[in-house]
Amino acid sequence: MIRSLPQSKTYAFSFRIYVIFYFTFLFAPLLVTCILAFNNSQFPSLPWKGFTLEWFTASLPERVGIFHDQINLDSIWVSVRVAFFVTLLSVCVGTCGAFLFEQENFRFKQFLYFLMLAPLVIPGVILGISILMFSTTLGTYFEESWNVDVGLLRPGFWLVVLGQFSFISTLVTLVTSARLRKFDRTLEEAAMNLGANRFEVIWYITLKFLRPAIIGAGAVAFLMSFENFNTTLFLVGSEATLPINLYLQVRDGSTPVINAISFLLITGTSILALANLYFSRAKE
Amino acid sequence: MKKKYRWALLFFLTPVLLWLVLLIVLPQIDLFIMSFRTENDAGKMVWSVANYLNFFDEPIYWLTFVRTAIYSVLVTFLTFLIALPVAFYITKVVKPKFQGFFTVLLLLPFWVSEMVRVYGWMILLRESGVINHFLLRLGVLHQPIEMLYKDTTMVLGLIYTSMLFMIVPLISVLDSLDNSLIEAAYDLGANMWSILFKIIIPHATPGIVSGSIVVFMLTLGNYLTPNLMGGKNSLWFTEQIYNQFIASFNWNQGSAFGFLLLFLSSIVVWLGLKLSKQTLGKVVK
Repeated sequence: MIRSLPQSKTYAFSFRIYVIFYFTFLFAPLLVTCILAFNNSQFPSLPWKGFTLEWFTASLPERVGIFHDQINLDSIWVSVRVAFFVTLLSVCVGTCGAFLFEQENFRFKQFLYFLMLAPLVIPGVILGISILMFSTTLGTYFEESWNVDVGLLRPGFWLVVLGQFSFISTLVTLVTSARLRKFDRTLEEAAMNLGANRFEVIWYITLKFLRPAIIGAGAVAFLMSFENFNTTLFLVGSEATLPINLYLQVRDGSTPVINAISFLLITGTSILALANLYFSRAKE
Repeated sequence: MKKKYRWALLFFLTPVLLWLVLLIVLPQIDLFIMSFRTENDAGKMVWSVANYLNFFDEPIYWLTFVRTAIYSVLVTFLTFLIALPVAFYITKVVKPKFQGFFTVLLLLPFWVSEMVRVYGWMILLRESGVINHFLLRLGVLHQPIEMLYKDTTMVLGLIYTSMLFMIVPLISVLDSLDNSLIEAAYDLGANMWSILFKIIIPHATPGIVSGSIVVFMLTLGNYLTPNLMGGKNSLWFTEQIYNQFIASFNWNQGSAFGFLLLFLSSIVVWLGLKLSKQTLGKVVK
């Protein structure tokens, strides 16, 4: 059964085969995507026609590599900006949330905590449409009552940021809370005895303690925002984010440029993930 | 002293309240209200349940709804069946020094965008895809077959997308299972199946429940995978919502659909928690 018990040959063998199959299942689509980014062919499929970097670097009439593909480059830039603002906002609000639920006491705290968890159980599509509708309702209200047109409330960059922020904050709150729970509060008392006020304590002591959790949560928030599709789909305006843009291209037939982008994304996120893991291990 | 504490409370409470009220509570209420509004013959908006009646009158709507629900349950169950042995292998069978390596390897694909993962499956499975190419080469097939745009492929894609959210809670719950329990059962002559059903599964129940809830919810609300891998026949309920919002521009009908989906997902989450006697707060941790 387990490693401390004797096990039959067939048992060990079949278990190993199963796990090999599982990892093949897990990695096959990603590997194939990466390999075909270097195939010298007009379509992302086999047969193999030789190695080329043209899907990255070329700027020919029939073949535009990713480094010269303005539409895709633009959408990457949009995604980076969205992810930056989502990370900034959700880290600030999520840290406030962690302090609120771990260190403060007030009426309806349980209820508010439950509400804070709600975005985890609301499907992303529903978050998207409800925010789209509410902002339109608000927009119409402003226009009819005060005759002002609030551009912020129409589908576009900032609405995407708000939509993604609405559920990523929950995640940041949970990660930061978990770390804050381990904090030794006698340190705060000591600082207060020495004459620090509450905000000085938080700034100089508690936030320093929370830093690894905040950085980790920020990295996860950035990635989640960068990759989000379901919520973004309904809020996006004229500036498409990368996943939306890829979706539109894949739906209408694909070229190896998409493989090239995927290759960059896969290597990029793997490096980020491994770095995150390495630093969190090193801290422990 | 007391007064200062209140200031801190206010400082932390304000952003959290703004976030939850403006982006979660009010939009959901708006969704609920809009789903009960409809245009009457004179072109004015009035209160009515017409949007919900439409849902029950048109078989395509409620059949899609039921189909989505059933497939989501199936996907959740299959994900669990596939994930359990892998989680068990990593926590209990493999040599401890490989444990960390395997865990990292397991999580790595899920850092990559869902869009890229689905795209990978598309170039593997489509008619001109890699698997067809090899099968033709090997002489198994004489004509390429279209493997994409089938229900089976869609289920496969959904399992692949949501695997992570099952395997992580399973690993953490199996990690806390004391090996001596299994050893004791083995010494007393229990076979593999009775160990599985009497020790492992009862111990793993919290992890199974939290994994299943998340997988079910994500599958139900998924748009990308059914749309790209299931094609025109996927008939996933989120597509109906998308069509009402973006294609027909009938937001009231769309909100009714959205609310029904939210209702279904909340009911299942609630049932899951009730049956396993857990609370949402605990599951999340």
